[in-house]
Amino acid sequence: MTAAEKYNWEPLCKREDLVAGSGVCALLGGEQVALFYLPDEEPAIYALGNRDPIGGANVLSRGIVGDIGGELVVASPLYKQHFSLRSGACLEDEAIKVEVYSVRLDGDSVLIAR
Amino acid sequence: MDSTKTQRRIVVVGNGMVGHHFVASLVEAATGDHITVIGEEPRPAYDRVHLSDVFAGRSAEDLAMATRETYQGWGVDAHFGDPAIAIEREAKVVVTELGRRFAYDKLVLATGSYPFVPPVPGADNDRCLTYRTIDDLGAIKAKARHSKVGVVVGGGLLGLECANALKNLGLQTHVVEFAPGLMGVQIDEGGSRMLRRKIEALEVQVHTSKNTSRIVAGTDTALSMEFADETSLATDMIVFSAGIRPRDDLARKAELGVGERGGIVIDYKCKTSDADIFAIGECALFGGRIYGLVAPGYRMAEAVASQLAQREGSFQGADMSTKLKLLGVDVGSIGDAHGRSEGSMSFVFSDEREDCYKRLVTSGDGKQLLGAVLVGDCEDYDTLLQYYLNGIELPADPQGLILPASSGQPLLGVSALPATATICSCHNVTKGDVIGAIDGGCCSLVEVKGETSASTGCGGCSAMLKSLVEDELGARGVTVDKSLCEHFPYTRQELYHLARIGEVKSFTELLAAHGKGRGCDICKPTVASIMASLWNEHILAPAHVGLQDTNDTFMANMQKDGTYSVVPRIAGGEITPEKLLVLGKVAQDYGLYTKITGGQRIDLFGARLEQLPAIWAELVAAGFETGHAYGKSLRTIKSCVGSSWCRYGVQDSVGMAIRLENRYKGLRSPHKLKSAVSGCTRECAEAQSKDFGVIATEHGWNLYICGNGGMKPRHADLFATDLDDDTLISYIDRFLMFYIRTADRLQRTSVWMDNLEGGIEYLRQVIIEDSLGIAAELEAQMALVVDTYQCEWKATLEDPAKLKRFRQFVNSEEPDNGVVFVQERQQIRPARAEERLRLVAVAK
Ligand code: SRM
Ligand SMILES: Cc1cc2nc3c(=O)[nH]c(=O)nc-3n(C[C@H](O)[C@H](O)[C@H](O)COP(=O)(O)OP(=O)(O)OC[C@H]3O[C@@H](n4cnc5c(N)ncnc54)[C@H](O)[C@@H]3O)c2cc1C
Ligand code: SF4
Ligand code: FES
Repeated sequence: MTAAEKYNWEPLCKREDLVAGSGVCALLGGEQVALFYLPDEEPAIYALGNRDPIGGANVLSRGIVGDIGGELVVASPLYKQHFSLRSGACLEDEAIKVEVYSVRLDGDSVLIAR
Repeated sequence: MDSTKTQRRIVVVGNGMVGHHFVASLVEAATGDHITVIGEEPRPAYDRVHLSDVFAGRSAEDLAMATRETYQGWGVDAHFGDPAIAIEREAKVVVTELGRRFAYDKLVLATGSYPFVPPVPGADNDRCLTYRTIDDLGAIKAKARHSKVGVVVGGGLLGLECANALKNLGLQTHVVEFAPGLMGVQIDEGGSRMLRRKIEALEVQVHTSKNTSRIVAGTDTALSMEFADETSLATDMIVFSAGIRPRDDLARKAELGVGERGGIVIDYKCKTSDADIFAIGECALFGGRIYGLVAPGYRMAEAVASQLAQREGSFQGADMSTKLKLLGVDVGSIGDAHGRSEGSMSFVFSDEREDCYKRLVTSGDGKQLLGAVLVGDCEDYDTLLQYYLNGIELPADPQGLILPASSGQPLLGVSALPATATICSCHNVTKGDVIGAIDGGCCSLVEVKGETSASTGCGGCSAMLKSLVEDELGARGVTVDKSLCEHFPYTRQELYHLARIGEVKSFTELLAAHGKGRGCDICKPTVASIMASLWNEHILAPAHVGLQDTNDTFMANMQKDGTYSVVPRIAGGEITPEKLLVLGKVAQDYGLYTKITGGQRIDLFGARLEQLPAIWAELVAAGFETGHAYGKSLRTIKSCVGSSWCRYGVQDSVGMAIRLENRYKGLRSPHKLKSAVSGCTRECAEAQSKDFGVIATEHGWNLYICGNGGMKPRHADLFATDLDDDTLISYIDRFLMFYIRTADRLQRTSVWMDNLEGGIEYLRQVIIEDSLGIAAELEAQMALVVDTYQCEWKATLEDPAKLKRFRQFVNSEEPDNGVVFVQERQQIRPARAEERLRLVAVAK
């Protein structure tokens, strides 16, 4: 059994809702999930909690994505700290971490693990 | 001041490589002339020299040397697909096929040449083609699809290049040559024989001393070529490449002097027999010869542009040395390749195992190089050419120069060359020019190329240029890291030039060409801003999405709680009561906090992401435009009320502020730009604290530049006085574009000038005296930005794809529950953390 099959995958939104090279936000129950779609990467989709713990607002999906030393990151639009798309860790302050969600693309659907 | 009356009208007929180079040189010389271009081909000039690259997969667009927009940006009136058919010399008018008439003060003919097709019966068959234009390429490709065998008539430079193309198209290829050897003009008999050997080894059949007598229908193939010696050759298609003939028909009809065998006769000033008509490039006959290469044509173009700019300019003939790769075989020819000079000596080295042939022709005393032929190995070409061009004395045993390297003869490195040595012959750049550029501050190959244009023509000099630049930089111990970020080893200024010169239109392209990794929040917005300054496409065009800071992405300023502020443009601070009411109504309907800003306009705060489109739809409908409060771009131009109302005002400061604001709105720049216009010296608009400030005088306007409020205030410096409206605007155009070109990322104008060597004096030279000769280019670029302005919000509202992003959640209509307001002084503000806890608890 692969790691992917262990989870209960649930549809979150459609592929066409995503914006290539950037982020959007989806609601999962009461939680805000920032989804980043990077078609040239493997995997092509990443999900973090939308709340910027430093700025204290729900804005991470509106940050610029890129890489720092090869690590995929999003920069918060408020005060520009970088958060790893894979681990959720804040590059500027190792004590701070945001939620990471497992997501994958299945045809036209974006699935999230619960 | 109406300048069009005094403007000289320059008409250029022909938009090939040389015609284009002429226009570019004239624009650069900023003569202020009105230029009209008449081109027969349906597209602007392209790189004919690299035409064959299209067979190897390059697209026709890749070859373009200019686009219609290039010309528009230069203010050049260009017409394509409509050839000139007559010159009325008395009236000084050129007439085109479509009947358009263009009056000229000076006329430049750059009509180039056409491929010569021998008058052989049957040569008019539709399977007989020529090879000169992009359209010809299409025809050759189309015919090749239905052919197995192809013949090229002509074993010269172009013929062999064409044979290569046919071979690459998968045809069984033949070359038919009238003379006994290949490339008889450029290389001697020995070289020609070696070339033939090598070409035949590639399975291209070579037939020399063949005189075609007629072309008839074939039996197994479409055609059969019959020769005077009664042999024949079966083929499906024929491409004629048997030399070129100058296109002098227009000149003939107008009774200009032409040569016996064609060509418009010109003197060393490139003037024809009519003093107001010049001829340049392959249509021109100078000293009894047609120069069938691009570099001499460029020299002619520059000579004419220079004269029109009231400077010296003449054409003294040109060197015809060439280095090429034909069917993968290196061939070089320098000077007197045939050893025809009086008393010359020859040294020949031939190696049939390695298939290489070299010949040196020297003066009788063996000290000067007069010519050379290289076939199969061109490694020595650059060195030999330098000996030849610069008259450098040869070593005691000149043969050492062409013997295989084991003989230990050192190559002539760039370091051995005199400063006068030509490095790039396409752009006439000497070693001294390159060193000058480095002394002037260029720190990389890219900068030197940008500064001198070296190596931006045929590319033949790139290896030598690179080693020269590396040597010189090395000697100065240069290794300064001015990288923008880890993804680009360049400064913003360098990236700007790379993007401009390479006409790069997207981040992805720029990253692929000049960077590494995936980019970050430093380089992405920087590049987006460069792209906007250069090409002014919509900031949310698909190629630019994801590059912008959130403020630019959503065209609003993000506040501390993730909501946005809305700032419509209120040019000059002037607003009608009707519009004020609209702002009030919108703020009321959406419950927004309202404030007069420090920039004389009104800011509406607290809008949620998903509310922005509806708010802006109402504002746009009422005639508002975006205020770019979010962009690194022009913010506000403040005004005082000025002469219309104020008892002291001497000029209409509100009118000027509105004019300037509407001109520069939307201009993207390294940092934000602010300005103000005061109606008199009392200076109520605080113009002296702005990036550019304007203060009215009795006689016009005083212009102040590089002021700044903010963190480190600095008063602006007086730059020029008593300017009329148009001069004021042209100076501001140049100032802003020069800043955009040369400033660092997030560098305000004040800091930029303080870091500029020569300071304000230098800026005066560049902007007022045009010491760099770029004023016209800067103005043209500003004109492009002004002409392509669009209200980003209006354009976004018209495009459902762009609006899709303005949703808090892609899968729900719920608002962001993190946004909580409280009331204060009868308006909203974001709740503080402790207030929020309380409020949320109560709600539950
Ligand atoms: C709204 C406004 C304050 C106000 O309520 O009056 C304002 C608001 C902000 N200013 Fe300002 N500035 C405002 C007028 C000014 C002025 C006064 C002026 O323009 O006459 C100055 C000093 C003049 C100058 O720039 O030279 C000013 C100097 C700054 C600076 C310091 C710039 C510097 O080079 O030192 C910053 C920081 C920066 O840009 O890096 C800044 C940055 C900001 C930011 C972008 C801060 C931020 O990151 O959020 C604020 C955006 C809020 C928003 O949503 O619009 N603001 N800011 C004013 C908007 C004017 C407008 O209509 O567009
Ligand atoms: C396949 C190929 C390979 C080449 N390789 C090299 C090389 O390696 N090195 C080198 O130095 N040179 C090379 N050349 C030669 C080089 O391309 C020419 O020297 C150069 O293009 C000449 O420029 P020009 O502007 O004078 O003429 P052209 O480029 O021929 O341009 C003349 C233009 O004027 C237009 N025109 C003509 N009459 C009229 C009219 N009445 N009204 C309006 N427009 C008109 C024509 O349609 C054409 O577009 C090569 C040429 C070809 C075809
Ligand atoms: S002074 Fe500071 S707090 Fe006030 S608007 Fe400007 S940036 Fe914001
Ligand atoms: S010699 Fe042609 S680009 Fe320099």
